[in-house]
Amino acid sequence: MKKILAIFIAFTMFASNAFAASGNVVIVTSFPKDLSGKFKTAFEKKYPEITVEVVGKKTTAGIKYIQETQSNNGTDLFWASAPDAFEVLKGDSLLAKYTSKVKGIPSKVGSYPINDPEGFYTGFAAAGYGMMWNNRYLKANNLPSPKEWIDLTNPVYFGHTGMSAPSRSGTTHLTVETLLQGDGFNKGWAKMKNIAANFKTVTARSFGVPDGVNSGDFGVGIVIDFFGLSSIGSGFPVGFVYPTVTTLVPANIGVIKNSPNEKNAQLFIDFLLTPEGQEILLDPKIRRLPVNPKTYSKAPKDFPNPFKDSSIGAAVKFDVLLSKDRYNLVNSLFDVMITYRLDDLRAAMSAIYKAEEALGNKNKPKVKKLIAEARALVSKLPITEAKANDPDFNKIFKKKRKKAKDIEKYVGTRQAEVEADWDKQVVSNYLEAKQKAEQALKSL
Amino acid sequence: MFKNLFLKSTAIFIGLFLFIFLAVPIFQVFYVSFLDQNGHFTFLNFYDFFQSALFIESFYNSFYVASMSVILASFFAVPLAYITARFNFRGSVLIQSLGFIPLIMPPFVGAVAMKLLFGSNGSINLMLNQWLGFKIPFMEGLNGVIFVESIHYFPFILINLITSLNSIDRSMEESAQSLGSKGIRLFRRIVLPLSMPGYIAGASLVFLKVFDDLGTPLLLDVNNMLAPQAYLRISSIGINDPMGYVIGVILVLTSIAAVFVAKLALGGKDYSMLQKGGGGMVKRNFLPHQKYFAYVVVFFILFLVLSPHVALTLLSFGTIWSFSILPDAYTINHYKDVFENSVFIKNTLLYCSIAAFIDIVLAFFISYIVLRTKIIGRQLLDYIAMSALAIPGLVLGIGYLRTFYSFNLPWNDKPLASWWFMIVIILAVRRLPYALRACNAVLMQISKYLEESAESLGAHKTTIFRKILIPLMMGGLLAGFITSFSTATVELSATIMLVSTETDAPLAYAIYSYMQTAAGRGPGAGFGVIGVLIVATGTYLSQLIIERKYKQRGMEAKAN
Repeated sequence: MKKILAIFIAFTMFASNAFAASGNVVIVTSFPKDLSGKFKTAFEKKYPEITVEVVGKKTTAGIKYIQETQSNNGTDLFWASAPDAFEVLKGDSLLAKYTSKVKGIPSKVGSYPINDPEGFYTGFAAAGYGMMWNNRYLKANNLPSPKEWIDLTNPVYFGHTGMSAPSRSGTTHLTVETLLQGDGFNKGWAKMKNIAANFKTVTARSFGVPDGVNSGDFGVGIVIDFFGLSSIGSGFPVGFVYPTVTTLVPANIGVIKNSPNEKNAQLFIDFLLTPEGQEILLDPKIRRLPVNPKTYSKAPKDFPNPFKDSSIGAAVKFDVLLSKDRYNLVNSLFDVMITYRLDDLRAAMSAIYKAEEALGNKNKPKVKKLIAEARALVSKLPITEAKANDPDFNKIFKKKRKKAKDIEKYVGTRQAEVEADWDKQVVSNYLEAKQKAEQALKSL
Repeated sequence: MFKNLFLKSTAIFIGLFLFIFLAVPIFQVFYVSFLDQNGHFTFLNFYDFFQSALFIESFYNSFYVASMSVILASFFAVPLAYITARFNFRGSVLIQSLGFIPLIMPPFVGAVAMKLLFGSNGSINLMLNQWLGFKIPFMEGLNGVIFVESIHYFPFILINLITSLNSIDRSMEESAQSLGSKGIRLFRRIVLPLSMPGYIAGASLVFLKVFDDLGTPLLLDVNNMLAPQAYLRISSIGINDPMGYVIGVILVLTSIAAVFVAKLALGGKDYSMLQKGGGGMVKRNFLPHQKYFAYVVVFFILFLVLSPHVALTLLSFGTIWSFSILPDAYTINHYKDVFENSVFIKNTLLYCSIAAFIDIVLAFFISYIVLRTKIIGRQLLDYIAMSALAIPGLVLGIGYLRTFYSFNLPWNDKPLASWWFMIVIILAVRRLPYALRACNAVLMQISKYLEESAESLGAHKTTIFRKILIPLMMGGLLAGFITSFSTATVELSATIMLVSTETDAPLAYAIYSYMQTAAGRGPGAGFGVIGVLIVATGTYLSQLIIERKYKQRGMEAKAN
């Protein structure tokens, strides 16, 4: 009898064990199939009882999907790059806390914390911004490969570079913000505009940049590292470099609140952090930086290692709060000054380049002054730093619908109104800059 | 009495369908454009629109691009249509099935293929630069948008014009000839006016499509147009930003206005013809030199409009294609990926054929109700159905989530919005305008008297549908089916919001997910090629059916 009981107990325990590791786990992700598919296969191999259902959506669409479906949630995990996407979900309290038990993950990569300090999402890979270029394109156009951001302001790159808009991609936003924090608000924007004046295009999708460089549509692109590294891994004739000023940011995963398969979801997070999960990141089609320092011993030669090479992502002490507070304002400023008025900006800069080339080393103070004025007009901002950092002013740009009492100081001011006003200033500044440069050229 | 009841209840049913699956979801999203910061009703947001230099410029640009695209598209479509309908030409079936392909430009990967070919460092410009030392900016700025849009959408004019020309009553032309009219005069006074319904139907579709198109301006990174402005605002500032929807409302209003103007252009004239005997104009034989000229014209146009698909095919077989005229080497490995994931292909076939079938049934009844009955509010059906054309897919997708997510399916307790059939419905709603315009155009050419005489002889309404209208409208119905089906195969913006598991996802979604990586280009292009092949086969088969029908009828006419 005892024996039978023991067997019975053993059986129920076995059954309940098997139950814990069965069923499925539904993941909404912005990652491409090349990445999510590899993890799905490996995870299902390790836990044959669990089926991984991957639903790929763009980050913005993924957030929207989870927000709209919260009343009837069927999603277990949200898995994407940009930390700010997780901040949005966290802000709407759509995430559940989970801290993985896997050991050996440091607390920071570069100067950015790997995990959410409050435990709502977990970093599993790191990425930083840099520049990628097409070797054939550079050779055909006799261009050097760039090393630092400032190189991209060189007139030789006029019409040869590209970037995506920060409003389109959270990681691009971080690059712009890094530049602003690294050089200061005014100088940072001036540098950004000087870089932008050389753009051939501002792409609407973040993947449009590596696509353009890979095809040879333009020569140099400002991209996140894995776009560059995986393009090299796929055999395209391209190169990639991190400039000194860059920020490493973790790509994350988080459990959705009221997740139907919470146990499996946590199991999946743990799996991402185990050595076998981390190694998948080194796949030539993926190429993201693992957060487990040990994994780098298995990486190919020349693979960047932020835990050893302290120059990557350490130059700027990134202020997350400042970035968060003026997030939408910075995006909007970029779009008004650069994305939508790229043609005007390029016309102004091209006139300045012509005047400067004609001037050469000649000593003509009047012309020099005109050119300096033209450059100042290009760099001129339609808003002061103080106002840009003013939390009250920033409320106009909040994504959520605002109540009148929240914006007492600027009550009745609408984002569209502010932008129309900026647009007017920017267009007239660019035009005036162009005219001054042309005047300078004429007087030579 | 019963007839009326049947039609009225059909009208109500269609009205309800459009209300639930189009009006409610749109309203769920659009009402934001009329709210101020306190949530009160206001027109202030529209005031802001007209105060913004950028928005006004965008409006102007969209209008300019749409009008110019209609003109350029006509240059491609009219010669092809005329040659097919007028002459005994072996290439006709080729034109009618291949001329359709440009409409099927798979998302993302089509863009990459176009850039590799026409881009500033694409094959053509690299060759030009190598041999002649200059480049042509095919893909730059507004002119680039016009170029790409006309290649992409000219089949709307082609297919509708051919249908129209083929339904011209031969006796009209013959009587004119026997009265001494010929040549240009015959064309101008008889052929041109009688083919107007088809041309206007096609041209208005091109105009609307280009005016609302998002993909092409985004691919060329032209932001200063209305649709990209709406999209960029909704997807970057957020779903609750009123300006995105203000632009949406303006897009919808302009579209409805364009449909209205198209109606005015045809208004007051009777395009119907009694006889549907030999169908189409008298076919002539080419004179020898004409024949060569025709071949040159046809091949030049077909080469130009199909070149993106040649590039797509190359891309699907190529290994690396970067800053070079052709890919470095070739492989079939990408297709292995494609066939390992054939579930996407199966889903697309299933979804799109159901959706297109729903479309022609709805379109048939809507155009009948609008053109043949006096039911109150019938025009409204037409306008609401057409407004689907102007709703950004993203907005409709979000509207569906908002409207249908809280209902659960009775049998498995899952949300209604995550059921695959909702993808079919959203595709049907989005593609209904195409089928509707095609049905409208053919029905306009069929004389009422045919039905009236049948009716006076005691025929039941269903008998009239079955024995008179449906056979006579076959060409138009098929045209509508094909247009809806094939454009649905590459629809992405709305479906991407509704896909809840990968096993339910269609082909366009597969392309999307492959095209997010450097290594996914080949397989993505492979999926694109498969999609194009499916559509080409379907079109070719239906062309054969139409041809056979005409031939049959032609024979009968001769025998009589």
